[in-house]
Amino acid sequence: MDWAQAASALLPYRFSWLAVLFFGLAALAYGRGIRVLSEQGEPVSRWRQLAFWVGLALAYGVMHTRFDYYAQFMFFIHRGQHLVLHHLAPLLIALANPWRALAAGVPESRFKAFLGSVLGSAPVRWGYRVLQFPPVAAFLFVGLIFFWLQPEVHFYAMLSEPRYLLMNWSMWLDGLLFWWLILDPRSPLKAGTLGFGKRILLIWAVTVPQLALGARIAVSKTPLFDVYEVCGRAWPIDPMNDQLLGGILTWIPPGMMAVIAMLIVLRRLLHQGETRPLATQGDTP
Amino acid sequence: MTLKPLLTGLTALALTACSGPDIEWDGTDITGVMPDLEFELTSETTESVTAADWSGTPTLVFFGYTHCPDVCPGTMQALSQAIEGLPEADREDLAVLFVSVDPERDTPEQLDAYTAFYGPQFVGLTGTEPQLRDLAKRYRTTFGYDEPDESGFYAVSHSSAIYGFDRNGEARVLLRGNLPTDRLTADVRQLLAIR
Repeated sequence: MDWAQAASALLPYRFSWLAVLFFGLAALAYGRGIRVLSEQGEPVSRWRQLAFWVGLALAYGVMHTRFDYYAQFMFFIHRGQHLVLHHLAPLLIALANPWRALAAGVPESRFKAFLGSVLGSAPVRWGYRVLQFPPVAAFLFVGLIFFWLQPEVHFYAMLSEPRYLLMNWSMWLDGLLFWWLILDPRSPLKAGTLGFGKRILLIWAVTVPQLALGARIAVSKTPLFDVYEVCGRAWPIDPMNDQLLGGILTWIPPGMMAVIAMLIVLRRLLHQGETRPLATQGDTP
Repeated sequence: MTLKPLLTGLTALALTACSGPDIEWDGTDITGVMPDLEFELTSETTESVTAADWSGTPTLVFFGYTHCPDVCPGTMQALSQAIEGLPEADREDLAVLFVSVDPERDTPEQLDAYTAFYGPQFVGLTGTEPQLRDLAKRYRTTFGYDEPDESGFYAVSHSSAIYGFDRNGEARVLLRGNLPTDRLTADVRQLLAIR
């Protein structure tokens, strides 16, 4: 592969201002925020920065490069795209806990004051609380996967540009909301965030239905999503293999990521109980 | 007297007012979802052609290649039979545009011989790969090539659907070639009926 080819692989299949603005502004704000915080003597750890940049780059990569072309014309690559948008990338970003850096990165200005007042306004706060109410959050998370994978809905999402964008952005934003709810590092005891036990229950509640759906797609003996037949695939592949791979990508990796997320929450739960003993240990060397 | 018939009537009227009468297709309705017919290609008589050459004629567009072992001949055969099911006066009132996405092997002469087999309404078109890529992208479809085997044969992945455009060039319906012939005929008749 020569340079021109490599460069063209980074260009989007369909250009989207939304993607350029969202990812561009997030990258600028975070990059500046890191500098500002470090000047204030509160540097952000290397691994958290890494988690943020990898998460952001992955989400951008699957949405706005040549990858998106393959995701439109191959079912299993489309499933890989949603795996990144709904699980992997938002999970990494939630782990990076980037909000302080992002806020510090927005230059002090009337715009920042305005942004602050919008985000702090009652409708936004209430909307956020409703979306993050655990049963609603779980229903949204699983519901979106099931909704977009209904054959009829999936068909039109692949045919119509606006619906396609709606599908991808709804998965991505919902992924950020859900994984933040799960991985919010603030203590349930002190900050009133969701209890660790409930978080584990929530992960379990969203993962079991997704595993069932992925398995059903993988073992199905008939083609379920004929839009890839109708629109043509990126290269000749047996449609049943395409579906099998897509089913497996919906089934296994999200299950594995759910286990990792559970372990992280479990560790925090245990750590929470040990806060005092650890502190006393520190006091008596 | 109940309100229901009145409401139904009003709803029907409202619908007719904005988008014309709703058509019940056996295929998938793509009105407003896909853009109007537009292309620049080379015809089987080696002329350069555009969508304007078929203005006023309903068109059925299919992406395929003449070496295609199953889907293309099956679909073209099905369309040919569906057209025979039309009233005689209507048969000449449409064009089937077979767009070859394999310009490497499909010369205009070859396309001419291929389409002649299915009927006078069938026209072969092809273009340069960038032309074909643009057209495929416009209709949210694609195509790809397999590695050639020892004899030089290679498979091509392509759309299996027939795109139906009305006589104004507006995208209307997506038909699958495996629809039963009488239902294909019914949808083609509805396409011809749009003025």
